[in-house]
Amino acid sequence: MSFESFAEFIDMGGHGLYVWLSYAIALIVIVTNIVNPLMHKRQIFIEQASRLRREKPKS
Amino acid sequence: MAEKKWMPRWFYQLASPRWCYEITGKLLPIFAIAAVATLLVGTVWALAFAPADYQQGNSFRIIYIHVPASILAQSCYMMMAVAGAIGLIWKMKVADMVAKACAPIGATIAILSLATGAIWGKPTWGSWWVWDARLTSMLILLFLYLGIIALNSAIENAQTAAQSTAVLALVGLVNIPIIKYSVDWWNTLHQPATFTLTERPAMPSEMWVPLLVMVIGFYCFFAVAMMLRLRNEIIQRERRSSWVRDLITG
Repeated sequence: MSFESFAEFIDMGGHGLYVWLSYAIALIVIVTNIVNPLMHKRQIFIEQASRLRREKPKS
Repeated sequence: MAEKKWMPRWFYQLASPRWCYEITGKLLPIFAIAAVATLLVGTVWALAFAPADYQQGNSFRIIYIHVPASILAQSCYMMMAVAGAIGLIWKMKVADMVAKACAPIGATIAILSLATGAIWGKPTWGSWWVWDARLTSMLILLFLYLGIIALNSAIENAQTAAQSTAVLALVGLVNIPIIKYSVDWWNTLHQPATFTLTERPAMPSEMWVPLLVMVIGFYCFFAVAMMLRLRNEIIQRERRSSWVRDLITG
């Protein structure tokens, strides 16, 4: 461990804001890049399923 | 087919959207687990265990996001351009879809690289931004990504859109060596590359091993994000085919 206490870990030698902000942006970028296509997939499946129901010949 | 097949078999299989959908379905969980594991280990290592830099102190820990993001933003661009070229030359639909899937990921990763660079620059150089060769060429990379996304969405026909964006991506490829050598060609505030193929890193192993873990983690994350987008693109474009119909109706 490079830190003596949790408070020191958060403070990052006075650079806490810079370090944590960088990691927070990284987290946002990574999560959006995963969640976005997953939500899009759901939407495609819903749209295509309703299209298939519409186009289905009356049986 | 009278045409002689002179490429390995997997190359032709790769051209089949259905085969691609199936293989990425198998690869996705592997890369997802690898990405989560390496990124978690790497982040904890980077934030809590790696030693602080003797000059920069703890702000140095931004390197564990900034360097992987910068490497990935450039690799992603190269992949997009190569996929675009394959699509142009062999008329391979899947390659066009790969190129299209790369662009939004690359753009966000380029933003991450620029943002973390600015945040790191403030305590280190005393400025968020300088018009320096490395920073400017990286900003151009972001604009190339944005231009490619805009061009792709502006053209209705999928094939024409893919061809136009492939040409733009290939022209923009000149920017990649400019980014790489900008620190050697011009006087710059930016430090030279951390990793090179020919030399050992200048920093001690306690610093660069976690960095390597983060780089691998970022690549695995990219594989996951790219495959997710590629699969969406495949089912959208192949929606008329019977296998997609079966997939949707379950």
